[in-house]
Amino acid sequence: MSDITAAEPGPPAGVPKPGPSVRPPARGPAQPSRRRRLAALEPLLWIGPAIALIAVVVLWPIVTMIQTSFQNITPLGITIGSAGLSNFSQVFKNPNLPGILIRTVIWVAATVAITMVISLGLAQLYNQRFPGRRFARWAIIAPWAASVMMTALIFRWVLQPENGVVNVFLHQLGLVQRFNSNQADWLGRPDSAFVWMIGVAVFVSLPFTTYVLLAGLQSVPGELFEAARVDGASSWHAYRRITLPLLRPAFLVALVINLMNVFNSFPILWEMTRGGPGYETSTTTVFMYDLKGTFVGQAAAMSIVNFTLVVVIVLVFLRLNRWNRQEAA
Amino acid sequence: MAVRTPASRKPGTRKQAAPPPAAARAERRLPSLRTAIIAAAAYIVAVIFVLPYLEMLITAVRPQRELYEPNYLPHHFAWSNLTNMWGAAFGITSAVRVSLEIAGGATLLVLLVALPAAYYTSRHRFRGRGAFLLLVLATQMLQPTALIVGIYKEFLDFGLLNLNPVWSLILVNAGFNLAFAVWILNAYIGSIPVELEQAAMVDGSTRLGALFRVTLPLAMPGVVTALIFTFIAAWNEFISALALTTSTSDYPLTVRLDSFIGQYTVDWQHLFGASVVATIPVFILFALIEGRVVGGLTAGSVK
Repeated sequence: MSDITAAEPGPPAGVPKPGPSVRPPARGPAQPSRRRRLAALEPLLWIGPAIALIAVVVLWPIVTMIQTSFQNITPLGITIGSAGLSNFSQVFKNPNLPGILIRTVIWVAATVAITMVISLGLAQLYNQRFPGRRFARWAIIAPWAASVMMTALIFRWVLQPENGVVNVFLHQLGLVQRFNSNQADWLGRPDSAFVWMIGVAVFVSLPFTTYVLLAGLQSVPGELFEAARVDGASSWHAYRRITLPLLRPAFLVALVINLMNVFNSFPILWEMTRGGPGYETSTTTVFMYDLKGTFVGQAAAMSIVNFTLVVVIVLVFLRLNRWNRQEAA
Repeated sequence: MAVRTPASRKPGTRKQAAPPPAAARAERRLPSLRTAIIAAAAYIVAVIFVLPYLEMLITAVRPQRELYEPNYLPHHFAWSNLTNMWGAAFGITSAVRVSLEIAGGATLLVLLVALPAAYYTSRHRFRGRGAFLLLVLATQMLQPTALIVGIYKEFLDFGLLNLNPVWSLILVNAGFNLAFAVWILNAYIGSIPVELEQAAMVDGSTRLGALFRVTLPLAMPGVVTALIFTFIAAWNEFISALALTTSTSDYPLTVRLDSFIGQYTVDWQHLFGASVVATIPVFILFALIEGRVVGGLTAGSVK
């Protein structure tokens, strides 16, 4: 995609890599079977530490999570035996769950869709040549580099009913009548809070998405677009028929990574409303975190449900990955 | 910024070789108007993206008395906010120290673990190579958030949390940023001809010697990118730090700032002062690797 990936060797199955010849040829004829066994262990020496780290931080937590979801654990953390499936049934019986699920779907769908559409425009804009493009590009990475948690805090602050600059601005426009009114309390009402938080989620997702699409655009030969224009196609037509299809691999990668990030998004909701009032601005992620404080078993059950969804997204992603590769071949 | 397309070319340069003067003038005027509109739109977007962080800075230097005044700019700037927020009562100093320990430790661990793995997978075909890379890719797609209950329970069961949560957080942050480092190092090492290493070995260098004296220096841009990226990600990380720390003295900066929210009075100016201090170095570091990050984030899925 970008400069780097272009430099990559890109290992298609057929082409043998020159790699193994690095091994010094002079090694003396030892017992062949023992040597082969040792040689088979050699890769472990190099990739073993990475596997160990992944095992501790990713694989073992998955096992623990599954175990915990079937255990009966008191709020004080004492395990008092098996719970069977009761953690799951408790979660599913929770009267807040339907609302939380609906909000999760809205949260993910709205944020990702808006992000992708705006990013297509931004990538197109930042792909043009203009003086100071470098600095303009640096400016748009700000929300990507900064901690999402801190960005969310800023938005909590600018939406304060008594003095937030958003309200100052809307007051000047005449849209907000009085400070400290119910109307100015954007985060106090679940509906408007949720809309604002989707906005913040879009804001922090735009830089990454735009950059992926920009990298994709750079791999689209400009001549193709020019040729279509010369042949009489309108700008929009040429964009839709030439640029967009060629942009598909980058678009799909950005889409799936965004789905994952937004589904797992926690700091925005946590900093701006804590998922409240009640669970009225919670997604499944916030709900799961909240359960962890009291019923670890139920939190684990909720995690399993979330995790299953995540695995589905990963599988789609891996599928896509293969699809893109075939496409490229 | 080693690898970059000739993107920073001046907009005025024309490709065509000297068309008739009149036509040239007309053509030059039209594109430059277009360029001006594009540039204006791009600058406006750029300002919008920076605006929230400007507000962060402005609030950080708002005087206490003017904190809740509904205006864009305070009448006075209290630059002293930025110096007196370091007092022990606010706990920022220790929080920054903890954040540095976590981010520094995770960065070091990622380098130690990812470099051999990236080197070996880039230079050798072996049984299980594909499975290993798939495992790394799956790790990249997962996030601490998805596994947080399991991570919390695991470290609780092993008693690691009673020790010092910094160790647990180093492990977690290293684990979830490993994939990025593996991809980017893999790409850089793969682009360095094996012949260079072989030449060094013919000259009497050992394999490790060739790795450290030939390959590693050439892969430096990749190494630096991986280091900076891991450091920033660990520095900004929130949910596992929130879940794994319980006492105030163990809080990294993100959790420390979170702990102020919901208190009866929030010292917003100090809170954002600390955010400014935490964010500006990150902006600079990120700008350094900006051109290479996308490669590391998507390489695994594009290859």
